[in-house]
Amino acid sequence: MNIPLSWLIDFIDVDLPLEELARVMTMAGLEVDEIHLMGLPGPEDDRHGFKFTGLSWPEDKFVVAEIREVNKHPDADKLVLCRLEDGTGEHTILTGAPNLYPYVGKGRLEQPIKVAYAREGAILYDGHKPGFELTKLKKTKIRGFETKSMVCSAKELGISEEHEGIIILEPDAPTGVPLARYMGDAVFVIDILPNMARNACIKGVAREVAAQLNLPLKTPKRIVPPEGRPIDGLASVRIEDPEMNPRFILGYAEGIRIQSSPSWVQRRLSAAGMRPINSVVDATNYVMLELGQPLHSFDYDALVKRNHGQAPAIVTRHAYNGEKLMTLDKTERDLDESMMLVTDQAGALSIGGVMGGLESEIVPETTRVLLESAAWNFINIRKTSSKLRLNTEAGYRNSRGVHPAIAEEAARLCLAYIVEWSGGQVASGLIDNYALPVKDSVNHLSENDIVRLLGVEIPLATAAEYLSRLEFRCRLSDDGTTLEVITPSHRLDIGEGVIGKADVLEEIARLFGYEQIPTTRMADELPPAYVNRMVSFEEKLRDELASAGLQEVVNYRFTSPEREAKLLGKPAEKYVTLANPISPDRSVMRTNLNVGMMEVVEKNIRLADTLEFFEIGPVFLPVEGEKRPHEEIHLSIAITGKRIKDSWDTHYKDPLDFYDLKGIMEVTAKGLHISGLRFEPAECAYMHPGKCAAVYAGEEKLGILGELHPAIHKEYDLLSSPIILLDLNLEKMEPLSETIYKVHSISPFPAILEDIAVVVDEKITAGEVEAVIRQAGGKLLQSVELFDIFRNEQIGAGKKSLAYSLKYQSDEKTLTDSDATAVRNKIIKRLDQVLGVKLRS
Amino acid sequence: MAENDLLRQLESFERDSLAALEKITDEADLTKWRVANLGKSSFVMQVFSKLGEAPKEDRPKIGQAANQVRERLETALAEKAEFLNRKSLEQKLTQERLDISLPGRQPRKGRLHPANQNMGEILAVLSGMGFEIFRSPEIETDEYNFELLNIPAYHPARDMWDTFYTTDPGVLLRTHTSPGQIHAMRTFAPEPIRVALPGMCFRYEQVSARSEVQFNQIELLAVGKHITFGDLKGTLQDFAHRMFGENVRTRFRPSYFPFTEPSAEMDVECFLCGGKGCSMCKNSGWLEILGCGMVHPTVLKNGGYDPEIYTGYAAGLGPERITILRYNVEDIRYFWGNDIRFLEQF
Repeated sequence: MNIPLSWLIDFIDVDLPLEELARVMTMAGLEVDEIHLMGLPGPEDDRHGFKFTGLSWPEDKFVVAEIREVNKHPDADKLVLCRLEDGTGEHTILTGAPNLYPYVGKGRLEQPIKVAYAREGAILYDGHKPGFELTKLKKTKIRGFETKSMVCSAKELGISEEHEGIIILEPDAPTGVPLARYMGDAVFVIDILPNMARNACIKGVAREVAAQLNLPLKTPKRIVPPEGRPIDGLASVRIEDPEMNPRFILGYAEGIRIQSSPSWVQRRLSAAGMRPINSVVDATNYVMLELGQPLHSFDYDALVKRNHGQAPAIVTRHAYNGEKLMTLDKTERDLDESMMLVTDQAGALSIGGVMGGLESEIVPETTRVLLESAAWNFINIRKTSSKLRLNTEAGYRNSRGVHPAIAEEAARLCLAYIVEWSGGQVASGLIDNYALPVKDSVNHLSENDIVRLLGVEIPLATAAEYLSRLEFRCRLSDDGTTLEVITPSHRLDIGEGVIGKADVLEEIARLFGYEQIPTTRMADELPPAYVNRMVSFEEKLRDELASAGLQEVVNYRFTSPEREAKLLGKPAEKYVTLANPISPDRSVMRTNLNVGMMEVVEKNIRLADTLEFFEIGPVFLPVEGEKRPHEEIHLSIAITGKRIKDSWDTHYKDPLDFYDLKGIMEVTAKGLHISGLRFEPAECAYMHPGKCAAVYAGEEKLGILGELHPAIHKEYDLLSSPIILLDLNLEKMEPLSETIYKVHSISPFPAILEDIAVVVDEKITAGEVEAVIRQAGGKLLQSVELFDIFRNEQIGAGKKSLAYSLKYQSDEKTLTDSDATAVRNKIIKRLDQVLGVKLRS
Repeated sequence: MAENDLLRQLESFERDSLAALEKITDEADLTKWRVANLGKSSFVMQVFSKLGEAPKEDRPKIGQAANQVRERLETALAEKAEFLNRKSLEQKLTQERLDISLPGRQPRKGRLHPANQNMGEILAVLSGMGFEIFRSPEIETDEYNFELLNIPAYHPARDMWDTFYTTDPGVLLRTHTSPGQIHAMRTFAPEPIRVALPGMCFRYEQVSARSEVQFNQIELLAVGKHITFGDLKGTLQDFAHRMFGENVRTRFRPSYFPFTEPSAEMDVECFLCGGKGCSMCKNSGWLEILGCGMVHPTVLKNGGYDPEIYTGYAAGLGPERITILRYNVEDIRYFWGNDIRFLEQF
């Protein structure tokens, strides 16, 4: 909503700097996005928090001037030479403004033409360039005539985009006075939040500012139009569905002549962001901007003609399915029964509260006007606007709710302006069908209500004073304990009961000032303990992985079945699918973290020698019969590239492989005190069949770890290093993490170390060998570490040698060699018995 | 051999030896010198081995003299050896001098994603203030995301959120963490509540340097029998002090959210310029940090709390916005773009 200062001060006597006024608006809950200057000077320093745009007119550069004579340029058809008085003397200036052509050759003008005059050095907008581009007036020669000043168009002054001719001021404009003082303005661009719908008008904003500053809200001087014949018999109104259309008023004016509105009206409309059209349409728009009530004017003769000479009988009703109407914007609209129409005997006239029809619009020949001022159900208007994709100023206001009480004031004011600006008379009386009057809500407030919600004591009398500034009608009960608060007849946002109380308390808080409410620390009872185990587990896991050197990533939750199929071989069976995706490749919610992870790897593959990433987050798995999917938290890891970073004197070749990620998992599990981590050979469509393991903790399968299948590897833009991936279900993992565990004591006795090497069949896994060693070693065998594997001819084909370093230690005594030998022999014996494995000599 | 003769010879031997020692500059020559001058066949040692041949009465004198010579030579040798050692160490140290300007060998370091680092920081502050973390689903129903929060269908307030809908009618991607208010209230009613609701939210918007379709939010919710707007201000001021500095100023101004009333925005004194005015705060000295308000009676009721008895407040902020402001991140798309050149800077 654009609020010109000049218009605002019709309602309040205020003389504050622009930025201070903007601050007051902000503190009232009207967020000022921008202050657009139209001539007035901006603030001196910019420490005020508001964005200023637009153009200032320095007093020495822009003045009101008068053209006293217009003459033809001797060698240019489209240029004229004017004798102009600017308060300092008469000059000759050159212009091409077509609206001066009629005065050419008329000699000294009886009534000089008042204009906006810019002197040399003035900075203004270039009228010939598209958009708004600043330019500086300099001495130049046009067709042999030296010129350094000019008479300005609205565009050059930054008032509107109009550059057809120069701007012509009222005849009483004072020649020689700085232009900014005469008509300088500034426009507050305000973001009207939905609860402030009542303030989508000048009067609404003025009322809020007046209340904040404790100033009276003025009523601008109104002209009482000459009254003509009574309205009776000129039309009738019937409302079929009062829920959808609570009130419908008609007014009438005749003997009018369509013309341009006065220039001050045009300037105000432009400043408020509306294009001036003609003296009747401008009046409806002007009143809408001033009071917030959308109005519509019909050409009365067009209505009589459609109805074969009969007076129009207006009926508001639901449209029929399939009904059509050509609207003002020359578009044929397909209507349905949810939409409200204004009709007459001949059919649809306009879409109620949204847009008028083309057939009955005001035309230059119009002499009789039927004016509509109506109230509509805002939810229904919103549905209609969104279905028709029709965003109009009327629809904007009607879809946020306009109080039906405003319709009458607006109708009368608009009729007055119509005849003031177009001539003619207003028919006496209105045809007013107020089918469903709004009952103003009533609330009862105690001082305790105020303290309870706001935490500050405000006497009821003070509260009443605040509320009355906003036109609430307040009455204190005889015992002074209850304040009755009646909602003013322009507001629909104040409820009743406990909600109404909160609504009224918000008003009190706004006027008391949020800043004035003292800050307190909560004194209320503390809630019972609530621990979110999963959150703490994730936090620990994040720290473990980061300390293991992995970089965390966070991906979009969106993907597409195609993207998932690229890695997984086929898309998931079911997805959470978006009805309005931002793009086809973000059409569904992910079901697998590794898909996005592979895309991150691909994106970064050439940016570093080594990539080690993890992500923790939900995958979205639809559940039969449930509205919401199961959001299962997973861990994804990908590692690839060099195991050891190259340095300037060392160069390693080995890439990260399966065992690196396995190792990361092992230390992570250890860090989280998850015991019994196990890896079983497994198959997975996107993993190398020989390099893939299922990860278990005890009997619980947590997920999968393996090397990306070489065939799939080729599908991505990668380098040759293998990609090692992991996907674990953290919901299964979390319960296994021990938060309480036992610490082992450290033996004070020395350990005995020894190495053994065994030759085993390739088929036997290192895991099996180690398990036997551990089992046979019993308590005294402190640790088993595999330190070498090798294969050669001497050992024989199909065999491998595994070398282990064993550590024997007791918590109770110093072990002797014979103690160690006994354990060792037991191990050797068991290896032979269980696996048929011999010690390598 | 006359006694005096021998003594003279010892004297000259000592003199020659010391002179030779003086000239030695390396370990190898020193070893040779030791063999020649203190070895078995050296003159002084020969004096000892032939001492028996000297007249008995001269023996003590000769022995003593020889001993003195030997001791002096040994001392000189030790000093020389020490000198050479020191010299060679010095030389070695000089040769071993590093070019300390060569790059260090950096261990690979893991990091949390900046969004989670910041989230963690904020949640740590909030948990220090007694707010426990409560999570709720990212995919929501229209009922929880809007209706129960006092935003009925077609209400003008719906314009405040551009929503991703799913093909399942009534199911959508949550546009804010606020549905968590209803989940939390329905979980805890009628007990008092102090929770932080963090998580990913979604808005149907054109992705650009300034707007994203996916972003984190953290919401605070407190419900109890004696919670006031003053408490809301106090809590958020405490939060701002813990988060941005003990002396940072805050400002509350009216705003609108359908699920709170009264509603407010809290601005924090710009922590980049200290309120002097800079490009980040658009010269205002203030940064818009969070929206808040007293829980709307309808929302309390929908959550299972009698609004005549209970009151509450809620506040929501965008952690990514704080990261953007703090670290001057010029493009919001960097967050989920996962380019290591961005991630590594945090």
